Amino acid sequence: MPVLWIVLIVFAAAAIGYAVARNRALASAGGNARGLHSLPSYYGWNAVLMVVAPSMLVLAAWLIVAPVVIGWSVAADLPNRDAMRSGDVSLAMSDIGKLAQCLTVGVREGAIPPEVARGASLEGTDIRETCADLGIALGSDVTRETLTSAQAYRAKTATSALAMGIAVLALAALGFGYAAMRSNKDFRARNVVERGVLVLLVMAASIAILTTIGIVLSLIFNTVAFFRLYPAAEFFFSPTWNPSFGGGSTLGILPLLWGTLYISLIALVVAVPIGLFTAIYLSEYAGPRLRAVAKPAIEVLAGIPTIVYGLFALLTVGPMLMAVFGRDGIGWMQEASSVMTAGLVMGIMLIPFVSSLSDDIINAVPQSLRDGSLALGATPSETVRQVILRAALPGIVGAILLAASRAIGETMIVVLGAGAAARLSLNPFEAMTTVTAKIVSQLTGDDDFASPEVLVAFALGTTLFVITLCMNVGALYIVRKYREQYE
Amino acid sequence: MTDAAPADPRPVQGAPSRPSLLATSDRMKRRNAAEARFRAYGLIAISTAGALLVVLLWNILSAGLPAFQRTVVTVDFTLTEDQFDAAESVLFKTREYETYFIAALSDQLRDRGLDLEFDSASVERLLGKVGATLRSHYRDNPDAIGQPVRFELPTSSRVERYFKGGFARADIGDTNRFITAADLDLADALKQAGVLRTAFNWTFVTGVDTGSDNPGGAGIGASVVGSFFMMLVVLVLSLPIGVAASIYLEEFAPQNRFTDFIEVNISNLAAVPSIVFGILGLAVFIQFGGGQLEIQALKASAPLVGGLVLSLMTLPTIIIATRAALKSVPPSIREAALGVGASKMQAVFHHVLPLAMPGILTGAIIGLAQALGETAPLLLIGMVGFIARYPETFMGGFEGPNSALPAQIYNWASRSDATFIEKAWGGIIVLLLFMLTMNLIAIILRRRFERRW
Repeated sequence: MPVLWIVLIVFAAAAIGYAVARNRALASAGGNARGLHSLPSYYGWNAVLMVVAPSMLVLAAWLIVAPVVIGWSVAADLPNRDAMRSGDVSLAMSDIGKLAQCLTVGVREGAIPPEVARGASLEGTDIRETCADLGIALGSDVTRETLTSAQAYRAKTATSALAMGIAVLALAALGFGYAAMRSNKDFRARNVVERGVLVLLVMAASIAILTTIGIVLSLIFNTVAFFRLYPAAEFFFSPTWNPSFGGGSTLGILPLLWGTLYISLIALVVAVPIGLFTAIYLSEYAGPRLRAVAKPAIEVLAGIPTIVYGLFALLTVGPMLMAVFGRDGIGWMQEASSVMTAGLVMGIMLIPFVSSLSDDIINAVPQSLRDGSLALGATPSETVRQVILRAALPGIVGAILLAASRAIGETMIVVLGAGAAARLSLNPFEAMTTVTAKIVSQLTGDDDFASPEVLVAFALGTTLFVITLCMNVGALYIVRKYREQYE
Repeated sequence: MTDAAPADPRPVQGAPSRPSLLATSDRMKRRNAAEARFRAYGLIAISTAGALLVVLLWNILSAGLPAFQRTVVTVDFTLTEDQFDAAESVLFKTREYETYFIAALSDQLRDRGLDLEFDSASVERLLGKVGATLRSHYRDNPDAIGQPVRFELPTSSRVERYFKGGFARADIGDTNRFITAADLDLADALKQAGVLRTAFNWTFVTGVDTGSDNPGGAGIGASVVGSFFMMLVVLVLSLPIGVAASIYLEEFAPQNRFTDFIEVNISNLAAVPSIVFGILGLAVFIQFGGGQLEIQALKASAPLVGGLVLSLMTLPTIIIATRAALKSVPPSIREAALGVGASKMQAVFHHVLPLAMPGILTGAIIGLAQALGETAPLLLIGMVGFIARYPETFMGGFEGPNSALPAQIYNWASRSDATFIEKAWGGIIVLLLFMLTMNLIAIILRRRFERRW
């Protein structure tokens, strides 16, 4: 039974349960709602919760756990299990999984007769070609053992699906019966429903944790797989990045890190002075009219998607720089995409980020400090430089750190504007590449997920995640500490 | 009377003379100059930022607006029954239609006093495969035979670029097989006769992506639909979950380690680079969900997967906005509800939440607008493939492969053809229009329902 049907049936049962429980409760009070402990609808919602919550939980758990269990049991039955290493087992299992999927799809589309899928020999059918027609590429030739295992896999999956359907529907029916039975006038339906809703709220709040766990797990698993295939020392310390999909590639992160930091540095050199001075002027000098126009206008820059900045870098800033520094000009630049191109555009993107964060921070400096300084005879700029900026310094450092972490994690601008060559060079007019750009290029090819050239993207992602996480945590800590100081 | 020393009115001998109030001292001049400089730096910074914004927007508009225009040739054409039969009976049917078309076009030009010589090859270079267009029109609408029909035929992308100033006449050599100087003469003459004119490019708005052989026909429509389905997923998932999470954190959560951990988590998630969410989507939804768990709906380039990834990205934004909205509802509302006997849950759901709703919706819309422009994670989950069709069913819109607005723009930008680059800028205008609309709605909502307590 397809999962969709199970879900629909459960929800239909819940709707009926609502009506039944509500009416039973009302009937037990003689039709007078004032005789009930809770409002009538709470009895109905109690039934809905009872029907839906346990059955859907079991359904979700089953969907996640069952394939893993089936995989283990099929792997344990592999004919020459003891002679295989763990890598071989996972390869064989991936073949079996793909073949089983191909059989399922094939039977559904009518390309493979059900007998073959169920157990007859594969004589006379070229199963590999049939699968390729269905869009499933099998890795190696299909052996007799693989087919048997795949058939066992399918049989177990079918059994599991059937058992799941029965279990879920039985739970729903049990919940229905239990809720209907308990619906009488003395049942404290509101308390039960509210506890249930609270649990739902907690679960929603935990999604944030789940997301973090998901990020960490998906990074760690694949990074570990990468370091099994490729030495970690070479990844972190080799000065060359030269992936070749035929094998024998050198995957050193240093040139990518250098490119990332260089571009971020240029971006910050552009963004920090402009952003900071904008913030200072707007908060200390500007009248309300200029503020009302300038603040939203600069924030428009923050709302523009990064793909737009990427295109701006690739098609406008790059050629413009090329005209000045390129072959026709000074001759420092070979191609339009360069560290300078990406850095300048990224700087534009970061201006509103720096300015609005610093604006908040400068505004949080107590007015008494300003008044005191001015009363002692300091000019406004002296007040800003010697009092406000000193007081706001930790906050501004935090803001710059946040902006830097933004710059390091930025993808579209560097994918379009920075070039693809990994270089360790000091010339800002040369094309270099970054960690994020290489994550995109390594993961968007059609290559095998088990090769180090693809898996390296996860190691790069882990590095990126760790760096930005440290910067964010540090920056948030500084900013929060600073805010507390003046609250 | 007091033991303080009496003030001596006379200046002490030998001490530097006191600065006069009337004359500015050198030091004061320097300080004032520094003050003026400092102000100037601020003004320069603001005007730089403003100028950059203007340059960016001007650049987008000037590069992108031509994508909304195309040149069309308007021809009144009548196909008689005999001609139709004759054309359908020969071997090269489309060529026959082309001959009729050329005759009709020449007649029309002659009526306007233009006597031009042109052959079918140059018509093909100007207008593409006219014969095929005509034939398919008459085969689809047999009633139109014998009736005068007005055809608006889009010109080839090279002619279009010529009129948009993409290249000068001197740039084309004699051996160019795509266009010749004679073709351009013909096109100029057609334009003077009013047969060739610029029209709004509906194909760009409603069309689908095309291959490199027909860059002029590429449209943004299908990817707008892809983005729409993604935004639907984001709205359905991240709004309820985000609001529920914020209600818990703001109204019910006790102060303990678990709650602190969730809060730290949320503020960090808001700052995680978007590409990391793409890795998450690839590994968890496509590799694990679609691959190992064999959930059919989770596969690369499906808007469902894109929507799931963007939902996770949008959640922190919505949670932060919702918490701010809930915080701004004064405690007296809660206390009044509790005072007349509502439970805590009832106080929140019946009173606090409705009052916070405008703020929540504003935050949600801004979060959605952000998600709409996000590109990097979509690249990783494979939404940049070549998809030249609309989804056929509603469910197919979630499951079937599709592109998304920003991904389509990226795709066009990475092709080298100048027409595709123009389309990419045009796509950006469409994207920014959507974002602008969403932000305007948010602003109006805020203005309309904002309540000061």
